[in-house]
Amino acid sequence: MQTNELLVMQGIHKTFPGVHALAAVDFTLRAGEIHALMGENGAGKSTLIKVLTGVEHHDAGHILLNGSEINAKSPHHAQSLGISTVYQEVNLCTNLSVAENILLGREPRRAGSIDWGAMNARARELLTWLDVDVDVRRSVGEYPVAVQQMVAISRALDIDAKVLILDEPTSSLTTLETEKLFAVLRRLKEQGIGIIFITHFLNQVYAVADRITVLRNGKLVGTYDAKALPRYQLVELMIGRELEELEDLGGLKKHFEPAPGQAPVLEAKNLGQVGTLEPLNIKLYAGEVLGMAGLLGSGRTETANLLFGVDDADSGTLAVGGKVEPNPGPLASIQRGLGYCPEDRKADGVVGALTVRENIVLALQASRGWFNYLDPRKQTEIANKMIQMLQISTPGPEQLMKNLSGGNQQKVILARWLATEPDVLILDEPTRGIDVGTKAEIQKLVLSLANEGKGCIFISSELDEVLRTSHRVMIMRDRKLVAELQGEDMNEQSIMEAIAGTGVSTEDTAAAAPQHAVAAGSAR
Amino acid sequence: MNDNTGWWARLRRTGIFWPLVALSLVFLFNLIFSPQFFRLEIKDGHLFGSLVDVLNRGSPLMLVAIGMTAVIATAGVDLSVGAVIAISAATVTVLIGSVTGESQTPMWIAILAALGASLLAGAWNGLLVSRARIQPMVATLVLMVAGRGIAQLITNGQIITIYYEPFFFIGGGYLLGLPFPVFIVAGVFAFAWFMTRRTAIGLFIESVGTNASSSFHSGINEKNIKLVIYAFCGLCAGFAGLIISSNLKSADANNAGLQIELDGILAVVIGGTLMSGGRFSLAGSILGALLVQSVSTTIYSLGVPPEVVQVVKAVVVLTVVLLYSDVVKNGLDKLSQRQGVPS
Ligand SMILES: Nc1ncnc2c1ncn2[C@@H]1O[C@H](COP(=O)(O)OP(=O)(O)OP(=O)(O)O)[C@@H](O)[C@H]1O
Ligand SMILES: [Mg+2]
Repeated sequence: MQTNELLVMQGIHKTFPGVHALAAVDFTLRAGEIHALMGENGAGKSTLIKVLTGVEHHDAGHILLNGSEINAKSPHHAQSLGISTVYQEVNLCTNLSVAENILLGREPRRAGSIDWGAMNARARELLTWLDVDVDVRRSVGEYPVAVQQMVAISRALDIDAKVLILDEPTSSLTTLETEKLFAVLRRLKEQGIGIIFITHFLNQVYAVADRITVLRNGKLVGTYDAKALPRYQLVELMIGRELEELEDLGGLKKHFEPAPGQAPVLEAKNLGQVGTLEPLNIKLYAGEVLGMAGLLGSGRTETANLLFGVDDADSGTLAVGGKVEPNPGPLASIQRGLGYCPEDRKADGVVGALTVRENIVLALQASRGWFNYLDPRKQTEIANKMIQMLQISTPGPEQLMKNLSGGNQQKVILARWLATEPDVLILDEPTRGIDVGTKAEIQKLVLSLANEGKGCIFISSELDEVLRTSHRVMIMRDRKLVAELQGEDMNEQSIMEAIAGTGVSTEDTAAAAPQHAVAAGSAR
Repeated sequence: MNDNTGWWARLRRTGIFWPLVALSLVFLFNLIFSPQFFRLEIKDGHLFGSLVDVLNRGSPLMLVAIGMTAVIATAGVDLSVGAVIAISAATVTVLIGSVTGESQTPMWIAILAALGASLLAGAWNGLLVSRARIQPMVATLVLMVAGRGIAQLITNGQIITIYYEPFFFIGGGYLLGLPFPVFIVAGVFAFAWFMTRRTAIGLFIESVGTNASSSFHSGINEKNIKLVIYAFCGLCAGFAGLIISSNLKSADANNAGLQIELDGILAVVIGGTLMSGGRFSLAGSILGALLVQSVSTTIYSLGVPPEVVQVVKAVVVLTVVLLYSDVVKNGLDKLSQRQGVPS
């Protein structure tokens, strides 16, 4: 046994009804290393972490920490053993303050009662490590997912840990925030802490990981040195197909130009909401994929919410298929052919206690009304079709949604909207938490929907994804539409500049007359 | 692995397994300690006996439990059902009046008015919860307190006694040898079952109760679902009020349906519907109501002094709820796996 083996998991088995989630998995973590755990959606990564930290209990196998056997009974027990975890589904008390969330259960005390001053100071200190600037006294629920994720990470950092586990911590973070996190991780690694890091972003893995362990269908594929494992090989190990084959869009992306006289399928005029979004104009044509890029909090999600009627606009109009409807609300929006896959999967998408089938038909049934009930056989048929098409890993349509892995839940939400066969599909971070293979499949799907004559608004924090799928890109900054790029002008460089506001020309026009900039962009 | 597919395991997974077990336990107790519990007789073509009594006496509770199930499934609760019972009872008795042998208003109008008043009361709760966004417990507390006052206003503060014979059929009549209230329960149950399992309403209730925001984003009109469900719960209480006033041949605004909301909630919980909302089982709640009623009937038939009754009931409830806890369930699961229970 090597001396620096901090954590050893041997022959771990875990079965759920109908699923063999882990079969004879071995895993070792060394002190002072960052170890990436990789695999497709449903491969068993989160389950391995849950077994290690006492959320679930393994059916067979041994876990050794510093050479002595441990068997964590609960996450709290695991913490006391020195294992600190950020779970995939961020679990915060949204009505408590940021500081309370970070120090819950470890509140600094003075004379028996909580020392609020010390607590807020400590929370602020932890957050500055990650360069997060928020009011620690406000409740967590008031902040977007990204901030919540940072809060969850700070919470894990506060614990005096030997092992730090991060299950997809970066899924809603931007490059900048991810970099800050990585800097902290490298520092912790220097201190001899062992870090387990789960992600679907290959470049992040290569940026920080020393070793990589790949799981596939609950089985161990192997553990490799990151330096010795080229990217294409990693992908092959994970999904058994080649990267190029995946990334080839197969000519699906065609040049798009609206036909002369073609009316937009969706047209927003001066649509806005005081305080959240400055009035903007959007034209989307049938057959077109319109990308939307921007930093977190730049107003992308707010725009989507207004388009779908989740929030009511207080200025402007929105026409779908030429028809204007004031403040339609989600139901009316679905009925006029819109679909919307929201950003916050857990809060606004998943209905955990229902089955996969019920989750898939939910929006379709809502649009049909209370009494026009879809025949259960028909429901199963739709669900099975979607499970096949999106390769959702589940024992069947009757599995409870909450038992699915994170990425597979995301696929179910996507399936819910595909099932309504919308004319315009608004996707807000649709590939979050989705593995590389399926990510490419979803991009292809979006393009083929466009080729079938649907319109699509594609919001993503991943620039290359936006570039691969979109015919045209809108760029948001500070709750404003600041630029619109297409054709030759649309590349990583120009988008980055527009996002950051450094591109001189964009900046000037945007600052001087945002309306004008938009109009200029859409004058094709 | 075999355990997961056998009939035993399949039964274990259905919603009504645990309520059935609990009810069987109470029956078993009776079998040992008071076998006369199971004696059935036919007198004048009517069925008599403790079992029939449980069905008959338990009807108001079963009705309340049906409505309460739907409300709890939307992650709410209705504390006002007892008060709505009083309103319903007051309305129907006032309209029929205290005149010997005749009714001041045609009976069907009196009944419809009582049901209508209950429906309105429920809709009021629904409005507070869905439109004014008041916490269900607080919103229905308003009517729980105010409702009895309203009932008093209707009866002018008096206990009204009725003498109109046909009205007594609702609570005391027999049809096909069975007490008539049983048919009311069956009718309401069938209606509720059909509406929730043969239309999309059941799916929407469970979705709203599990995650209201996800449901809203999926186009479900969460507000209207809640409004309708609270109104329906009021209507169920209205039926219970008819039965109770017919049984007592009077309306007592202060005492009709007193504390039935607690038994109703209990029945729903025993029936396997979680207080946090989501999945619900109407059949489970009916079994739960029958259990609560059987316990009361059993205790009384054993001649237990009234002051002990509440304690005994509490013990039974505790036992049942313990059976539901995950810890105990998992323990039982392991036990049955080890012993290779028939599959
Ligand atoms: N509580 C549960 N009950 C039943 N099945 C479960 C449960 N938890 C996980 N599973 C199943 O176990 C398998 C592994 O899930 P896990 O969450 O570990 O995947 P993952 O590798 O983390 O995937 P992702 O990348 O999507 O997060 C999946 O098929 C999942 O459906
Ligand atoms: Mg996972």
